[in-house]
Amino acid sequence: MSNLESKKIVISQRRKFLSLMAQSIGLSALGGMVWSGYLDEAKAAPLILRPPGARAESEFIRMCIKCGQCVSACPYDTLHLAKPGDQKPLGTPFFIPREIPCYMCTDIPCVPVCPTGALDKKSVSSLSEGVETLDIMKARMGLAVVDTESCIAFWGIQCDACYRACPVMDSAIKLEYRRNERTGKHAFLIPIVSSETCTGCGLCERACVTEKAAIHVLPLDLAKGSIGGHYIKGWDKADEKRLEGISTDVTTHTKRSEKSATDYLNSGEEMFK
Amino acid sequence: MRQWILKHRFLLMRRITQLGILALYIAGNSYGFHLLMGNLSSSLIMKHIPLADPFAALQMLAAGAIIGVDILIGAVIVVLFYMVVGGRAFCSWVCPMNMVTDTANWIRKVLFLEKVERKLWLGRSIRYWVLGLSLILSFVTGVAAFEMVSPISMLHRGIIFGMGMGFAAVLCIFLFDLFAVKNGWCGHICPLGGFYALLGRMSMIRVKHNQASCTLCMKCKDICPEKQVLSIIGKESGAIVSGECTNCGRCIEVCEDDALAFGVRNYISSASEK
Amino acid sequence: MSLSRRDFLKTTAAASAAAAVGISVPSELKAASEQAEAGWRWDKAVCRFCGTGCGIMMATKEGKVVAVKGDPACPVNRGLNCIKGYFNAKIMYGADRLKEPLLRMNDKGEFDKHGQFKPVSWKRAFDEMEKHIKAAFKAGGPEAIGIFGSGQYTIQEGYAAAKLMKAGFRANGIDPNARHCMASAVAGFIQTFGIDEPAGCYDDIELTDTVVTWGANMAEMHPILWSRVSDRKLTSPDKVKVVNISTYTHRCSDLADIEIIFSPSTDLALWNYIAHEIVYNHPESIDWDFVKKHTVFATGFANIGYGMRTEADAKKNGYSEKELEINRKEDAKVISEKEAPGLAHLGVKAGDTMKMDKAGAAGAHWEISFEDFKKALAPYTLDYVAKIAKGNPDESLESFKAKLQELVKLYVDKNRKIVSFWTMGMNQHQRGTWVNEQSYMVHFLLGKQAKPGSGAFSLTGQPSACGTAREVGTFTHRLPADMVVDNPKHRDVCEKVWKLPAGTLNGVGYQHIMNIHRQIESGKIKFAWVNVCNPYQDSANAEHWIKAARNLDNFIVCSDAYPGISAKVSDLILPSAMIYEKWGAYGNAERRTQHWRQQVLPVGEAMSDTWQWIELSKRFTIADVWGEQSVKGGKLPNVIEGAKAMGYKPTDTLYDVLFANEYYKSFKTDDVVGQGFDNTEVFGDKRAVMGSDGKEWKGYGFFIQKALWEEYRKFGLGHAHDLADFDTYHKVRGLKWPVVDGKETQWRFNARYDPYAAKANTGDFAFYGGAAKALKRGDLTKPTSGNETFPLPNKAKIFFRPYMDPCEMPDKEYDTWLCTGRVLEHWHSGTMTMRVPELYRAVPEALCYMHPEDAKAKGFKQGELIWIESRRGSCKARIETRGRNRTPRGLVFVPWFDEKVFINKVCLDATCPISKQTDYKKCAVKLYKA
Repeated sequence: MSNLESKKIVISQRRKFLSLMAQSIGLSALGGMVWSGYLDEAKAAPLILRPPGARAESEFIRMCIKCGQCVSACPYDTLHLAKPGDQKPLGTPFFIPREIPCYMCTDIPCVPVCPTGALDKKSVSSLSEGVETLDIMKARMGLAVVDTESCIAFWGIQCDACYRACPVMDSAIKLEYRRNERTGKHAFLIPIVSSETCTGCGLCERACVTEKAAIHVLPLDLAKGSIGGHYIKGWDKADEKRLEGISTDVTTHTKRSEKSATDYLNSGEEMFK
Repeated sequence: MRQWILKHRFLLMRRITQLGILALYIAGNSYGFHLLMGNLSSSLIMKHIPLADPFAALQMLAAGAIIGVDILIGAVIVVLFYMVVGGRAFCSWVCPMNMVTDTANWIRKVLFLEKVERKLWLGRSIRYWVLGLSLILSFVTGVAAFEMVSPISMLHRGIIFGMGMGFAAVLCIFLFDLFAVKNGWCGHICPLGGFYALLGRMSMIRVKHNQASCTLCMKCKDICPEKQVLSIIGKESGAIVSGECTNCGRCIEVCEDDALAFGVRNYISSASEK
Repeated sequence: MSLSRRDFLKTTAAASAAAAVGISVPSELKAASEQAEAGWRWDKAVCRFCGTGCGIMMATKEGKVVAVKGDPACPVNRGLNCIKGYFNAKIMYGADRLKEPLLRMNDKGEFDKHGQFKPVSWKRAFDEMEKHIKAAFKAGGPEAIGIFGSGQYTIQEGYAAAKLMKAGFRANGIDPNARHCMASAVAGFIQTFGIDEPAGCYDDIELTDTVVTWGANMAEMHPILWSRVSDRKLTSPDKVKVVNISTYTHRCSDLADIEIIFSPSTDLALWNYIAHEIVYNHPESIDWDFVKKHTVFATGFANIGYGMRTEADAKKNGYSEKELEINRKEDAKVISEKEAPGLAHLGVKAGDTMKMDKAGAAGAHWEISFEDFKKALAPYTLDYVAKIAKGNPDESLESFKAKLQELVKLYVDKNRKIVSFWTMGMNQHQRGTWVNEQSYMVHFLLGKQAKPGSGAFSLTGQPSACGTAREVGTFTHRLPADMVVDNPKHRDVCEKVWKLPAGTLNGVGYQHIMNIHRQIESGKIKFAWVNVCNPYQDSANAEHWIKAARNLDNFIVCSDAYPGISAKVSDLILPSAMIYEKWGAYGNAERRTQHWRQQVLPVGEAMSDTWQWIELSKRFTIADVWGEQSVKGGKLPNVIEGAKAMGYKPTDTLYDVLFANEYYKSFKTDDVVGQGFDNTEVFGDKRAVMGSDGKEWKGYGFFIQKALWEEYRKFGLGHAHDLADFDTYHKVRGLKWPVVDGKETQWRFNARYDPYAAKANTGDFAFYGGAAKALKRGDLTKPTSGNETFPLPNKAKIFFRPYMDPCEMPDKEYDTWLCTGRVLEHWHSGTMTMRVPELYRAVPEALCYMHPEDAKAKGFKQGELIWIESRRGSCKARIETRGRNRTPRGLVFVPWFDEKVFINKVCLDATCPISKQTDYKKCAVKLYKA
């Protein structure tokens, strides 16, 4: 018994402090891991549509202070701040075009009020007569995409509700006229969206008369593919624009080129045997 | 009745301030009365003077955001106010979560939960760890880490812009404070409280103690949500200088001996006051 | 045999497709398809909306319409629909359908003009109607009753209404909302051809090389026809040309090769410019053979007013000083610089005062010589017309002139077939009849009329403006089959068919729809009944009429399916069965008559308008109404003795005489056409509605709809209005009348296609219509042949009509033109389409389309709410500076479907003095921030 008592470890104040510190750091690390894991999930909302002028999503989410001033500036109640349960980055502004689209106010009241610049005034301004003026047509909130199977215009129904609702009519949505071979005398008037001018306002999605909208706005990077710069349309001079700033790092890599030429040449002797 | 009001004068004033600010936000955002617009994260007074949550700004900075001038000015205004004048008054005079945790606390008292408390120990310094972690995680993940989970923001945003499932987070805090740890959120975990505790260490407005009048009834310590700050009670006269004091004034209200009162800190002779 | 969903889709699709191309389906496949569909029933019907007349198929299940499809067998639309037609299945089930009669009552349950609407029985409703009609009769005779009829009546219900009014009540105060929509076209047809309705048909679209739209936004208002125009353009993009002529840019411009934006009303000058070019610069293009053989030249008076109240009359009715500024022009106007050159043939100059003393003879016209005709056209040179007609201030005169020259080239090209389409732009026009006649002027000169692929073609707005309003004659001045009340011979014909004593019919028909409103305002009309329309929303200068209905001592009844402005204004509301809840037929713009069966029972206690009219007839005896009656300018004789002589008793009700007579009763209830279908009018139905006598409704016991049809078609047989029998229409997908020997007619007046033209034996063409076919002769100012008239059998008329300013034009205070119209998504006043959730969501409110520069100049922001105010009234609307309609500076366009944007409070009720059709397309407004 006394032996045991004598063996009682004496913990110094210093040691106690260090041990406590280590515990705290350990617990913090644990908490931090859980927390950051949650954050990674919580900030990832690829389907969210942001107000006009919003910077790229990763940048936007970094800069938005969640103050809601854009929300209160919107005269149409288009914008909401994400609430818990919305499955969107908490407190950040977004809109659901099928419910209330962006009506594309010419004075874009939601953007200048942003205190952090998460909504970037410059990106929705254009120079006119040397003065930078707000220009909602430059907004790129998303891109309208048509589900050609559920769009009734592709059946020949004379609908084009989306086309008429489009504030950039005849540019962001154009009608393509095609002959209807079945009836032999009616034309299809088919909505075609152009990513060049579509602002992603969602007025088309709101207007669509199918049960679930056959035209819907997706975030731009989700909706669009990317061509790559190695091929330019031979029939379109303007396409050369894509060459601007093209990388000269043109070395290609495939499984086949994994080995250097000499490694390849000097190995695999067995094939001659 | 008058007596009751007198006994709860600071409580009433705090509630009026807390609710008044929310009311102004709601009026600003929904009814076009533009005295105050935005929310506690960032707002505009009379459409011109910016205000910003400095802790949120700090996190954004850590996250790598280039902060706009408005936010910078707004944050500086807020920092200066609490640093120089108010101390940690945000927590008891502005923060709406205070009403939730106070309610939890009141129920604890009524139900005598304190007397049969479960033992669940939490250190009061956790908030500083959480504070540090917020900044580190902001840096690592590229988003303002605490702002993404902050139940305080959920509450004030929720009241102003729509609550959604946010009430669940608030309920968690309420239940935690009610059943787990007394003053668990505001007094232990909340990094925003920690932030203001650090910020408000040197502020002017302080609770002052007059040891001579003190009868050592300890009602003040009983009611104080941050007991540790009242270490000088009955021992010496002077100001309560800990940053963790929220200037809520509850100790003043309960003191029947005029031994506590708000006052302005005397920096020059602060040493002697100690 | 079990079919998977996929198989089912395949087999039904195959069956539909097969039906479309007319091949017979293998019986096994057909059986499979029928079995697959056993859960519901398909039957053919017609689209409820516009005058295009698309065929549809309706699926009913458990007594409800659940789905619709375009009818692949219908030649108009071949299985397609527009966005409104797509929602036919959803129009009847709005949550606020009217389900029971409602009467304004006080707490004691008595009628009270200022009481609240409370439910009453059908019996009580008819008691009140009977009481108020009898009181009105006592106070003012047959002219104290006014009926707001409709171009959306089924043919049979329009016929029943007209018969009870004209033959029963001897009252001509019935006029359809088609007055607002087609009257100018009608007057144009009658004056030019002597018979109503277009010569051509939709097949012209596939056959023509050139489509010119004049004041017709076909892309939104006749979408299925526009898709046919688009298809025609696609088949030969270089050869086929499309020209859009309008006062603002609309969707037709998308397809157009040339877009001509003109200043309101100057279409009169544009047509004359084309004629001027033909006569002066392209005489070789004139088809002299055609012109000489089949036409004469004619003109009429110019000083005919604007169809408004005169200043004195307006004053008497309390019009404001501001309003009187315009009403004054009904008496006289000062000739403007703009119109003076075009009126040179009258020897007048700018600054002269033109007294409108021929307003009473607005329709009078006489034959003139070609030389006079040519002389009158002389001022309409390119310079003059381009100067007054250019409608877009931002377009250069040169560019505008070039377009006009281009247009002329298209018209005069001998190798080019050309169709001119128009709708409301040319009909809703203070000189609507004139401008209609001008279109025929150009087409006649070129010999490009009544030929496959060539012709001036008036498109109709409403689904049965042709079928009901025009062919049945629910206009105040008309009788069935183009007969008119003021022609004693026509009255005689009708009295014979209707088995009435001679002299029963009233020969005075002047209570057109604006007159009904005006006479309610002046207290002459004491009882009015609204049928299948919304006159208190759709009539211009609405505030006057609403005040008159609410504040004066009168009784307004509104039959409707949904509560709208007219129901709100009324004293008694009757719940009406909707289109597929009753048997019926519509006639479309190409003379195609299409019938349908009752598909489902009406909701609530709603009953058809036919039933409502016939039940009303039970409340009146011959003795009540066939005594001597006073009407404008004279008396109607007592015909009770004559009736007795015909075997009627004075106590016989109008029901006995007009509807439950031997002829009607000969149509038995066990007709095969009706087997398997509801027929509420004939049998009653399981709803057991308490009828007008307070007893359960058990039906008439004879096939009323067939009886009405078969009696009605007697009028047209042998008179170039031949319709097929009832049973035939239930087998085919509609037929274009005249239907002679079971064959429809594609091109009228053309001897190769029209048996009546062939019979006339006047060569390739015969314009055989009989109205106004004997004219005086005269010069450009007046007839000079005294009372002598010259017959012109089988000939049409080429009218000279000048350009004149509209009576209200923008000035300093009211600085903007207002034009109103429709949008594709909504039908008329929106009572149906605003209850279809998808259409409501697509276009929830009417917008004020304006030019962005105008908006900027007035300090308006896109989307901002503004006031639109005229001398008459004001309403608020949101600004739209982009989108479907792009107006030139100085003009705004506001659709009228939205009762919250009550634009008809702002509009002027000036009409074409000949046709009495309101001009909704132009008045002056000012705009300011709300």
